[in-house]
Amino acid sequence: MKITEKQILEWLEEVKDPEIPVLSLIDLGVITGVELDDHRVKVNMTPTFSGCPAMDYMRNDVIRVLKEKGIEEVEASVSFETQWNSNMISEKGKKALKEFGLAPPQTYEVIVDINMLTHVKCPFCDSENTELKSPFGPTLCRSLHYCNNCLQAFEQFKPL
Amino acid sequence: MNTEAIIDLLYKIADDQLIIGHRNSEWTGLGPILEEDIAFSSMAQDKIGQSLVLYRMLNDLGESDPDTIAFMRNADQFHCCQFVELPIGEFDFSIIRQFLFDTSEIIRFEMLSSSAYEPLALASKKFKGEIKYHIMHANIFMKQLGNATEESVKRLQDALETAMPYALGIFETSEYEDAMMDEGIFAGEATLRNKWTERIEEVISNTALKLPDIGNIEPKTGGRYGKHTAHLQPLLDEMAEVLRIDPGADW
Repeated sequence: MKITEKQILEWLEEVKDPEIPVLSLIDLGVITGVELDDHRVKVNMTPTFSGCPAMDYMRNDVIRVLKEKGIEEVEASVSFETQWNSNMISEKGKKALKEFGLAPPQTYEVIVDINMLTHVKCPFCDSENTELKSPFGPTLCRSLHYCNNCLQAFEQFKPL
Repeated sequence: MNTEAIIDLLYKIADDQLIIGHRNSEWTGLGPILEEDIAFSSMAQDKIGQSLVLYRMLNDLGESDPDTIAFMRNADQFHCCQFVELPIGEFDFSIIRQFLFDTSEIIRFEMLSSSAYEPLALASKKFKGEIKYHIMHANIFMKQLGNATEESVKRLQDALETAMPYALGIFETSEYEDAMMDEGIFAGEATLRNKWTERIEEVISNTALKLPDIGNIEPKTGGRYGKHTAHLQPLLDEMAEVLRIDPGADW
């Protein structure tokens, strides 16, 4: 059977963000391309944040899963050539984030207006009567918020 | 392209990031409120992560591997400015330093986003998006504490006076300024300093603080050429403590 790019991408659906286990790397948008030739596969990846310590885990998981599927030679290469931004999270991914209890990043045009952090929609009750507690949270990609409507603290996957 | 100039530029930026990152991490567990503990820890993680990207770039240009560069050099081999190595002091000093240093840094990466040296241009584009959140953090505190009580304004003002000579040392020129400008690698420290002055003036004008007379302050220089304060070596010793006890340690 000849392996196709589509098949590889389907297999990679199994690889999840280690810090957000409901979100696949495909939906997160960190897989930027797949190159195939016979028995060799090269997966191109780009980090969400440069200092993200999960990147090494993701890389190793990509290699592990593809080897388990029988591909002999797998390379996972991380670069800034195609740069990640939060608009690259798929609609499916955003839905998964919300169900996980994390407010998904808002889609933006051209550049992030940091003021969009001040009234993030609460993932629990959908109210916009919320406030930003801190632009930094438990991981580099999250900010801390509080909902004045349902009186619940929540986190957002930050727009970048 | 002038590789020596690029190596010099990469070292000073990477060393700045590594050292300020470690200083930021000293707030872990000590922040005045939980959110600040987390904020400084997160900024530390960003900056150390960015230094790793730059050390890898140096490795690609023939320098040692990132861990060796980061942990095996002595103070006189570091190219960071003296500003980043100063102890964290009290929260007022750390906020002022974060404001002054990070503002210079985001402008530097904005400028380098169009560098003729492609790997640095790509990384800079990435970094400036991340540092936007650091600037947001600094500016919120400048605005709030800079307009709050007599004590908060006085503390920030005193910290600003102490910090300014060191902050101006960020812009110490290298011997490659002209070469870098000619080849489109970097538009130079003088341009950076001018842009920085405008930007910090704007933020300070919305507070009760007074910007010191920058033109009449002697910058604390030397850092870019390996001349450091007595604070750097103990920091490096602490960073490399485990490595020196057990060079093969793995976890």
